[in-house]
Amino acid sequence: MLKNTFLIAIKAIFINKVRTFLTMLGVIIGVGSVVLLTSIGTGLQLYVADQFEQLGSNTLYVVPGKPFGDGGGFGNQEQAMLETTKATLKIRYLDQILRNHRDLIAEGAATSPFSATVKYKNQSKKAIIFGVSASYPEIQTKEAATGEWFTKIDENKQAAVVVLGEKISEEVFGDVNPVGKFIKIDSKSYKVVGLLDTIGGGFGGPSFDNYVYMPYETLVKRFNTEYIDNFVFKVRDELLVDQAKKEIEKEMEKYLEEDEFTVFDQTQLLDTINSILGVLTAGLGGIAAISLVVGGIGIMNIMLVSVTERTREIGLRKAIGATPNLIMIQFLIEAALLSVFGGMIGVVIAYLGSLALQSFFPAQVTLGAVLLAFSVSAVVGIVFGVAPARKAANLSPIEALRYE
Amino acid sequence: MLLSLQNVSKQYQLGNMVINALKHVSVNVDAGEFVAVMGPSGSGKSTFLQIASILAQPSGGVIKLKDRDVTAYDEVERAKLRNQEIGFIFQQFNLLARTSALENVKLPLVYAGVSESEQNLRARAMLEQVGLADRLANTPSQLSGGQQQRVAIARALVNNPSIIFADEPTGNLDSKSGEVIKQILIDLSHQGKTIIMVTHELDVAEIAQRTITFHDGEITKDQKQTPKRISQTTAKTKKPRKAKINA
Repeated sequence: MLKNTFLIAIKAIFINKVRTFLTMLGVIIGVGSVVLLTSIGTGLQLYVADQFEQLGSNTLYVVPGKPFGDGGGFGNQEQAMLETTKATLKIRYLDQILRNHRDLIAEGAATSPFSATVKYKNQSKKAIIFGVSASYPEIQTKEAATGEWFTKIDENKQAAVVVLGEKISEEVFGDVNPVGKFIKIDSKSYKVVGLLDTIGGGFGGPSFDNYVYMPYETLVKRFNTEYIDNFVFKVRDELLVDQAKKEIEKEMEKYLEEDEFTVFDQTQLLDTINSILGVLTAGLGGIAAISLVVGGIGIMNIMLVSVTERTREIGLRKAIGATPNLIMIQFLIEAALLSVFGGMIGVVIAYLGSLALQSFFPAQVTLGAVLLAFSVSAVVGIVFGVAPARKAANLSPIEALRYE
Repeated sequence: MLLSLQNVSKQYQLGNMVINALKHVSVNVDAGEFVAVMGPSGSGKSTFLQIASILAQPSGGVIKLKDRDVTAYDEVERAKLRNQEIGFIFQQFNLLARTSALENVKLPLVYAGVSESEQNLRARAMLEQVGLADRLANTPSQLSGGQQQRVAIARALVNNPSIIFADEPTGNLDSKSGEVIKQILIDLSHQGKTIIMVTHELDVAEIAQRTITFHDGEITKDQKQTPKRISQTTAKTKKPRKAKINA
């Protein structure tokens, strides 16, 4: 009997195709926008996770101040900035940590960005000079595509050597191979020993391809700065990350107060970014969900009109043996089907939309979002179908048959 | 006795007024009878039809169908009873729009829970019986008034009901189509079907075996008669049955 009622409902939907489509339009737009907007949020999360994966999951950072909040999110940025400018981190802390914990830590490096003008012949360009330890490429998996990365010896000698990012090289050298050439940074001469492959940007930050990499000690000497942005450590094994983190904290506390520095790993940063993107995704989805509710109200309106329009039909069905329950179920199924069909079309449109977006933006339609959209649209259909269905079920067959 | 109404009354509340649509009416109908119900508008004949066909509940009295007291049946039980025992023919045909003749005829079987293949078989046979074998896929808008009423008759017959109720079956038709419908009703009566037909046209009532006349909510006349044979008198002057399909 239920199967028959289902078939009756399907037939009723296909009888008036234009009205059916217009009714579904609201749900199509609602589900489509929910799925598409959450796909953008999800795509961003996956993209960020992927970028972090590339950096390595066994990496630890030490930064000045407390940039993170306790439960994810951001902490006191102002104070963190202040600590950074005070040159809180000193290179000897790094050396000490490396000396004492070689069992846990494979490599460690200090990074220190500095802004200066890079010049080759008559081409000049403002660039970020990134002072790093010689061991930096082993931690952040950056390798010279042409030439070589500078060595520990270069660093100790404070040698005037640099490695160029792909983009800055192209901007200053054009098609010329820079390796072996000399460039001027703030009127001092440096030899280019290596050129990096394209790496791409950190998310939202400057592109690593724009950096000029220089031995940290060279930077200290030439630019007369002690300022260190952060330490990066490569832990020997992913499983040792927590232990290494504790040891580094212990070591740092010998020199600094507890609130003057933070040791964090990828997961902490990833959690923070994910929690922000999660809120963003939920927010976008929530706004889109409003249109889903509007779509549901559209269904209710049309179904109410439909019940009035089909009063005689309902009367006839009741006269020839349809019970009130069957009439109610028929109209509920009609509303739910309208909504679910609309949802299906919405999902397809959102999927195509996300494919189109992918050339500009990481968008990812997930199975979870699709299932959620389906169940929500079915629920919307049923919830907004109740009032019209009850109205239909309660019609008196005599009144209904007499209705003009 | 197939259907029995004993002392049945019906009151309507209309604002502050109470309208006695039926006043203690008693009627017995035997199986195979063809009854015409007549009377001016407001006489109570429509109310009688609604109560006798189990669509409406009386305010008082007892209704028995096949010796079962169905007076106190609830809405669900009455829906099932109508589905099994009663066929309806309306003045307005009441076919589902944009739905094929075959689908329309199948409708009572759908609610009876009959299998799809049997639905098709029986609905087809009924449409053949009313001369619409070649119109199975036509929707009501593709059929003439007379053809639509024949589809409705097929629908009324398809669940093999005990009684067929016809409410002004020719009231919405031109006289030519009306004759065809009358002939079908006569044929059904000859096959032993029980028919209760409301009409205000004397020449339509004449084809029945018995006429009950209502006035002011009461039966004023209830008499048997020899049904008029229209098949011999009128059919001769008309084209053969087959040609009337487009009537």
